[in-house]
Amino acid sequence: MDIPYTVAERPDTGLNNVKLGIWLFLASEVMLFGGLFSSYILLRVGATEWPVGSTLLNVPIGTFNTAVLIISSITMVMAHASLKLDEFGKYKTYMGLTILLALTFLAVKGYEYWEKVSNDHLPAESTYLAIYWTLTGLHGLHIIGGIIVNSYFWGPGSAMWRTKREQFINRVEAAGLYWHFVDLVWIFLFPVLYLL
Amino acid sequence: MSGSIEEVKKHVAAYQKVGVTLLVLTGVTVAASYLPTAVPLAIVIALIIATTKGSLVASIFMHLRNERKAIYWALAMTVLFWVFLMFLPLLGQLDHIGVPKTLSNANAPAMHADEEH
Repeated sequence: MDIPYTVAERPDTGLNNVKLGIWLFLASEVMLFGGLFSSYILLRVGATEWPVGSTLLNVPIGTFNTAVLIISSITMVMAHASLKLDEFGKYKTYMGLTILLALTFLAVKGYEYWEKVSNDHLPAESTYLAIYWTLTGLHGLHIIGGIIVNSYFWGPGSAMWRTKREQFINRVEAAGLYWHFVDLVWIFLFPVLYLL
Repeated sequence: MSGSIEEVKKHVAAYQKVGVTLLVLTGVTVAASYLPTAVPLAIVIALIIATTKGSLVASIFMHLRNERKAIYWALAMTVLFWVFLMFLPLLGQLDHIGVPKTLSNANAPAMHADEEH
């Protein structure tokens, strides 16, 4: 039995289930990161001393990683547009680039973490470092999740293009919405942790 | 994203423009952080730029500009609960249950039980 409304729009919401599902998931993600952001604000407001992020973190590296993530968002949206334009080859290229950029982000973040560990800048050292590790760590886990999903749609999952084209496009759109959300979170994390 | 091939091509042009804008704004954020401003002003500037970037991602890349009402409602509820979440610790601080209270007439002479009625 086929799951209903994977492609067709429901008469009540005007949305297919894929889109409604991913947006409800993203809403829960907003609450997850929102809770941590509110923790950051309260910890910072309540602290007698708070270091400027740029004194502890590497701003050029952080800026580079921000650019990497923004470019990956562009390639992701281009991957989806390529499917809409019936250009499967271009989709593979753009999706492959998105995955590569995500891996680059992780590698750079890994280098930053290694630098922090080498200098004993561990979560136990200060409240600032504790919230830095928590927020960037959770974001990093989301990046890993995105890489797994995008790799599936780049590799074995893309076989669906031949059998259920519209459903495949919807799936890639949902993966894209998730990926843009991960980018959006970093857009706020970068200035908050690195620059202020 | 919906529509004809022409429409999708228009979207693609918009994606590229927004992408470049986001990269430029990232540079502006970093440059602004080196301005000799007070910390509160620096926070305001950085958050205004971040909100602008976030709005571009949400409206263009995530197509929120042309979405169905159901999604707007879901997001509006999320924002409402997030604002509530922000105030939750404040409510905790205002909670005095279990904290001994000193009444304004605490030094008044004690009343006997029979005098109370």
